Amino acid sequence: MISRRILLSAAAAVALAGVTGAAPAQAQTEIHWWHAMTGANNDVIVNLAEEFNKTQTQYKVVPTYKGGYADTMNAGIAAYRAGNAPHIMQVFEVGTATMMSAKGAVKPVYVLMTEAGEKFDPKAFLPTVTGYYSTTKGEMLSMPFNSSSMIMWYNKDAFKKASLDPNKPPKTWPEVFDYAKKLKAAGYSTCGFSTAWITWGLIEQFSAWHNVPLATKANGMEGFDAELKFNSPLHVRLLNDLVNLQKDKIFDYSGRTNTGEGRFTSGECPIFMTSSAFRGNVVRNAKFEFGTSTLPYYPDAAGAPQNSIIGGASLWVMGGKKAEEYKGVAKFFSFLSDTDRQIAIHQSTGYLPITRAAYDKNKAAGYYEKNPGTETALLQMTGKAPTENSRGLRLGNMVQLRDVWAEEVEEALAGKKTAQAAYDDAVKRGNTMMRQFERTISR
Amino acid sequence: MEKRAIYNNKLLPYLLLTPQMIVVLVFFYWPASQAIYQSFLLEDAFGLRSDFIWFENFVELFQDPSYGNAFVVTAIFSTTVAALSLSSALLLAVMADRQIKGTGIYKTLLIWPYAVAPAIAGVLWLFMFQPSLGVVAQALRKLGIDWNPLLNGNHAMLLVVMAATWKQISYNFLFFLAGLQSIPRSVIEAAAIDGASSTRRFWTIIFPLLSPTAFFLLVVNVVYVFFDTFGIIDSVTGGGPAKATETLVYKVFFDGRLGGNLGGSAAQSVVMMVIVIGLTAVQFRYVERKVHY
Repeated sequence: MISRRILLSAAAAVALAGVTGAAPAQAQTEIHWWHAMTGANNDVIVNLAEEFNKTQTQYKVVPTYKGGYADTMNAGIAAYRAGNAPHIMQVFEVGTATMMSAKGAVKPVYVLMTEAGEKFDPKAFLPTVTGYYSTTKGEMLSMPFNSSSMIMWYNKDAFKKASLDPNKPPKTWPEVFDYAKKLKAAGYSTCGFSTAWITWGLIEQFSAWHNVPLATKANGMEGFDAELKFNSPLHVRLLNDLVNLQKDKIFDYSGRTNTGEGRFTSGECPIFMTSSAFRGNVVRNAKFEFGTSTLPYYPDAAGAPQNSIIGGASLWVMGGKKAEEYKGVAKFFSFLSDTDRQIAIHQSTGYLPITRAAYDKNKAAGYYEKNPGTETALLQMTGKAPTENSRGLRLGNMVQLRDVWAEEVEEALAGKKTAQAAYDDAVKRGNTMMRQFERTISR
Repeated sequence: MEKRAIYNNKLLPYLLLTPQMIVVLVFFYWPASQAIYQSFLLEDAFGLRSDFIWFENFVELFQDPSYGNAFVVTAIFSTTVAALSLSSALLLAVMADRQIKGTGIYKTLLIWPYAVAPAIAGVLWLFMFQPSLGVVAQALRKLGIDWNPLLNGNHAMLLVVMAATWKQISYNFLFFLAGLQSIPRSVIEAAAIDGASSTRRFWTIIFPLLSPTAFFLLVVNVVYVFFDTFGIIDSVTGGGPAKATETLVYKVFFDGRLGGNLGGSAAQSVVMMVIVIGLTAVQFRYVERKVHY
């Protein structure tokens, strides 16, 4: 009998809680936001939603973690097919082509903002950040959220050990090779330098930074019928250099993603190229003095250095929702692009600010002087106005493309193929996959 | 001599079967039929456009050289894992079945790995063999072996084989042990009295009597290697380097889930379905004949 009474009262309590909880929610329009952020970045997302919900009473942003980038995107797509997609979905940069080709399933941000009557000036954003997510006419398709770029991290203590000037990081590829050889001689025998995200670095960033096309049609921005072009002599030259250095471990391969980043913080690899968002991890875990520098380039290549491109994710608005809900999404986006909020997000996550005003204000406040290294990626991205080779990439089947390229790079590094043959095959296989993608979207 | 229960009610047996049939239909036949249907479609990820293209997905699949590679990788991977896990489990079971002190502890410890999820098992092995941080990898490097599963396909394959085998040994061990314990002691003792050595006793008495168990495990292991190992592969190698560890099931997962190529992925799973049905049929038709019940 007692247990039954407890059960009854528990049920009553639940029912009561439901009633009281539901009452204020009914007046609000809920906006669902699916994201892929964990740890400290998840807190940032939750705080942003709470802050927004406090500033007004009409809308309520509800963030939900849906797993990694690929999981979140798949969950969103499955939900769309089942007719209950979220309003906002965080999609990684390589999913851009898939999202934008889904006409009707997504609502371009520039359309959303105009329809909702929100103040929206595309020129206020940093072109190298928004360019990745805009049409060739500059119409913004999705809202950049977390963007980073690839930079070079180096271990100042190791430099001292090898009698290298810790305040003079190598600027060019030949210098990097030379430094790495000296570092290896000084005891860094398993890894002179390395890079995470092998294809992002070797192919994607390298092309933009040297102002050479990765693919035709402005790297796919002007159409999905683009053809890959990265088997050029310049591209092959870098891979060939790395293949030769891999033999003595002056360069040592660290895998396709960023799982090898620990080799920098543990002190194994004194020079490491990876995302600028690696900073939090380095500050917490590296037991040595570190520095950052811009990506290396070949000094005899005309046009280098140009500007680097971004990686990360943006927020896509899904189609088929009510006008009232879109108003809320637009308000939330205005809230996100507010200058002070951008500065706060930039400082707490290490991701790049998306508006020029936020960058300028943060600079004027002396943040970059007080936190050396935080500006490297921004300098790299804003040094020159982006060209059609350096605005970004928009290739169909990008997730698989990256893996195919990585496979070929691995073949070359393992000595099974020459650098030229590896890139020729990567281009050939990549083109086949891009044609497959074209076939699924353009009918 | 057999006892038969007689049901007068014609409906009752069907009624008793219904729940099971519903489960099978909803969870097996329905998804399987969906996969078959999907394999004839060309569709974008959102399902906005969808075309019926007959066998084009299959044609494309068999023209793709990496699919042939996945077959070879799967053949090597599944044979080694099945052979290694079955033989080492049998060895361990025979040892644990002896009259020694602390058998209970051995048995419990040997069963533990089965409780570990495939992805976690993968990560555990990765921790030990990760080239720059792993304990075992460091030791290997000190011995002068250039251990590098990131670039050396054979090393990567060895790593996933070890992880997948280790994970399956417990399961096989459990069944072998139960099989061993059900063999009447008197038969073995009689052979011993006749002067048969322990090796001879094993091959002429124990092994034939254990064959139903071994046969069952063979089927289960093949299915395990085909379908349940992708968690290990995903966390250890991600199919790399250069597709050296990309098995059929991992390719399905990769192309469909990560690549968004639903039609191609569905075609692959249909092919896999056919292979496993075929393998199981062969096993029941030919291997079972040699099994003594």
